[in-house]
Amino acid sequence: MHGVNDFVVKFANVNGTGSASANFLFAKAIFRMGVPVSAKNIFPSNIQGLPTWYEVRVSEKGYLGRKEGIDLMVSVNPQSFKSDIASVKSGGYFLYDSTKKLHEEFLREDIHFIGIPLMELCNEAFTDPRQKQLFKNIVYVGALAKLLNLDLTTIEGLFAEQFKGKEKLIIPNMKALKLGSDYVESHFSYPLEFYVEKRDLTKNKIMIDGNAAAALGAVYGGATVVSWYPITPSTSLVSSFEKYAQKMRLDPVTGKNNYSVVQAEDELAAIGMAIGANWNGARSFTATSGAGISLMNEFLGLAFYSEIPLVLVDVQRGGPSTGMPTRTQQSDLTTCAYASHGDTKHVMLFPSTPNECFHMMADAFDYTEMLQTPVIVMSDLDLGMNDHVTDPFIWDDNRKFKRGKVLSSEQLNTMTNWGRYLDVDGDGVPYRTIPGTHPTKGSYFTRGSSHDEYARYSEDSDTYKRIVDRIAVKFETAKKIIPGPELFQTSDTSDKALLFFGTTTDSALEAIDTLRNDGFSIDGIRIKSFPFSSEVDHFIQSHKEVYVVEQNKFGQMRSLLINELNIDPHKLISVVHYDGTPITAESIISQVHKHVFLPTN
Amino acid sequence: MSFNKPKFAHPRLPKNEAGYTRKYYEGSLSTLCAGCGHDSISAAIVDACFEMNIEPHKVAKLSGIGCSSKTPAYYLSNSHGFNSVHGRMPSVTTGANLANRSLTYLGVSGDGDTASIGMGQFIHAVRRNLNMTYIVMNNGCYGLTKGQDSATADYGSVSKSGHMNTFEGIDLCALAIQLGATYVAQSFSGDKHQLIPLIKGALAHSGFSFINVVSPCVTFNNNQGSTKSYDYVREHNEAVSSLDFVPVKEEISASYEHSVVTPIEMHDGSVMQFHKLSPKWNPEDKLSVLSALITAKDKFEILTGLLYFDKESKELHEMLNTTDTPLNQLTEKELNPGNEILSKINASHR
Repeated sequence: MHGVNDFVVKFANVNGTGSASANFLFAKAIFRMGVPVSAKNIFPSNIQGLPTWYEVRVSEKGYLGRKEGIDLMVSVNPQSFKSDIASVKSGGYFLYDSTKKLHEEFLREDIHFIGIPLMELCNEAFTDPRQKQLFKNIVYVGALAKLLNLDLTTIEGLFAEQFKGKEKLIIPNMKALKLGSDYVESHFSYPLEFYVEKRDLTKNKIMIDGNAAAALGAVYGGATVVSWYPITPSTSLVSSFEKYAQKMRLDPVTGKNNYSVVQAEDELAAIGMAIGANWNGARSFTATSGAGISLMNEFLGLAFYSEIPLVLVDVQRGGPSTGMPTRTQQSDLTTCAYASHGDTKHVMLFPSTPNECFHMMADAFDYTEMLQTPVIVMSDLDLGMNDHVTDPFIWDDNRKFKRGKVLSSEQLNTMTNWGRYLDVDGDGVPYRTIPGTHPTKGSYFTRGSSHDEYARYSEDSDTYKRIVDRIAVKFETAKKIIPGPELFQTSDTSDKALLFFGTTTDSALEAIDTLRNDGFSIDGIRIKSFPFSSEVDHFIQSHKEVYVVEQNKFGQMRSLLINELNIDPHKLISVVHYDGTPITAESIISQVHKHVFLPTN
Repeated sequence: MSFNKPKFAHPRLPKNEAGYTRKYYEGSLSTLCAGCGHDSISAAIVDACFEMNIEPHKVAKLSGIGCSSKTPAYYLSNSHGFNSVHGRMPSVTTGANLANRSLTYLGVSGDGDTASIGMGQFIHAVRRNLNMTYIVMNNGCYGLTKGQDSATADYGSVSKSGHMNTFEGIDLCALAIQLGATYVAQSFSGDKHQLIPLIKGALAHSGFSFINVVSPCVTFNNNQGSTKSYDYVREHNEAVSSLDFVPVKEEISASYEHSVVTPIEMHDGSVMQFHKLSPKWNPEDKLSVLSALITAKDKFEILTGLLYFDKESKELHEMLNTTDTPLNQLTEKELNPGNEILSKINASHR
């Protein structure tokens, strides 16, 4: 056992029984006590009835990736007792509802069982059948508070915030909390050998999920037209956008909406609307997951070739096909990098925290308008749907939207030879016009068929080549605009490195720390965007072995690196994790160790 | 290839009230087959826009893929155009319209583009009552891929190759009415006098205006046995109504030979003089219109004219309660809530 502020608690619940808010309450209380915490929901594609889990890792060191090995399992779901008991670490604890006796065959000699009669306690204390059910969850939070030394007043404070305006709900919640806490006090010794001790490590942090953060980024980035089709795990991004917009985007005089959200008939229409709106000069995005990306392929090609801005968020989930809709992966990289038929390529951004979801989302609108090509924000279920401890959001009030090369009526008046697809500045990005700008100048015909510099239909081979070659130049320009990598090097640089991105970051950084502490010298690089800059190329070239850490089977990031940077494949070693759960540092370390890797001292 | 029309024009060509000649509303030379019905529809669009004094830059013309979807190149060369992907014009138009509610949106499509690959998007644009004019140039066949039957080909219609269609044809007008379109008309590309006022009414209407125009394919579907040939449509066309379009502020002269004349005031203040020619239906009663359409279909007749309209039409922006200023004209000031509000949001997540 680890001791203070370093352990994992896992909750096993039945989907649809109100456990999620109780479990979040537990995690939030630890966060409020100043201790870094990560909470990961492992849930089924189901509304009610199937098993669901919630993992909380407490880490004084601030390691927020998933960790293997359960120190304390809280199980209120007999369906999964057997496997839940089996998953507890030797010497660990299993807390269960002892209203019904546990089958003897489930018992293990090497773990401790903590039986609390949750149902019995609730049946005695509450009369309303719904409360009897819901407060079971609060009773076990109360028990945990006692066992793990959580501060009851902190939890009371959270109730007060949660039930603001409905204050009479605070009393029964506190009653349930006390029931659990008192039961532990009179039946068990407490705290356990691992527990929470107050710290000051989360003072300047916030706790939020990536989808809400990205939605807020879209509000701040000036999105006005949002079109979407419901699909897990991207759905909450658009519902969050709408929630924020309803508060922050109303015309102060008329009360009318300075935004619009349309639930489309499918993902094809969702992306079509976003393209139409961007074409017409509004900032517009759509968000999707899984099959949605496949369905949007044709339109991505149109936006690429006719050079229309578009922000698309892909909250990745387990594929292929319907795959594992409620599990996490980073397995849409190759499909997004080159989505659509013909020679296409798209800009991708890889946020790794909710803070980056916010900023990259806002920035994506600038990038896409500066480049006039789609920008895909590559989030995933782990980042999008789980609450993460992250840096607070900051907005520079002097910041202006970078709308790129859009011609005004005045500019059109002074121009003599405007062509929609003429590369005037040599950066591959032409000047565009918005419908309705000028009575007699600037109209042109947008099309997905081959065209010349003046947007006229053309089947001429030389013209075709000129246009696609010029579009390729934009991707060189993109490298100068989109964020470069983040390097993790000590003064004593190594010839080996971990390469990671997005949600592999937490565990990769923990793995680097552990490897270094164990005497192995290793560097790190975090990729933030695609196409890759020369800095990425240089970093890889200057290392002998680079371990590419990603959450898919085929090593898609590795493929992109080989394809785009012409890197010797032998140099890039795949470290993959693709079972649908978030990757752990242990998994990275054990895969790295499989290769020849000698201590430096 | 695209061929521009000569710019030379007679200096004293008449101008409309917006200050433009009719020629200014034209596009490049058509590359469709000589005699194609679609070219007549393009000409009718030019006439309608010229006569309505619409400023060309305030129109966005959109299309999907197919012969019909090529036509936006042949009219309104001074308007922005968007030739999108097959069957997806409605979604692109929806997005464009959401971005700027102040423009006029004119979408053209074909029977393949609408009734097959684009059926999903078509019906959802209808049910959202998107403020646009949607014209289907309906020839019952796929011209660009050499004449295969489309989903609007009538049962029993015989193609040029002698093949008889054994599937039921989709009646787009009946469908649009059922789904809640607020202005539904049917016409024939060969009947300019009927078509032009129908297009004008559609452009003036606030909400989804649908016009199904039977437009014979001279190359693949103009043979004997086809129910979408010039000869067939001329023989089986039954006009149920006729229209005179009276632009905003113009006096309505009151001499009509028809017995039933109903003035319909449009959203923009213009007026349509509606002449009901057939006693068999009531244009404001869906059941009556649907019944007339089904009866006509059974008799292999094509009802033309303004079939249905809804005076109470509420278009998408009204339903979404979007602000009056076009969304694409809002700036940081209206859109960005600023750092102070962000700090409060941060605080709520501590």
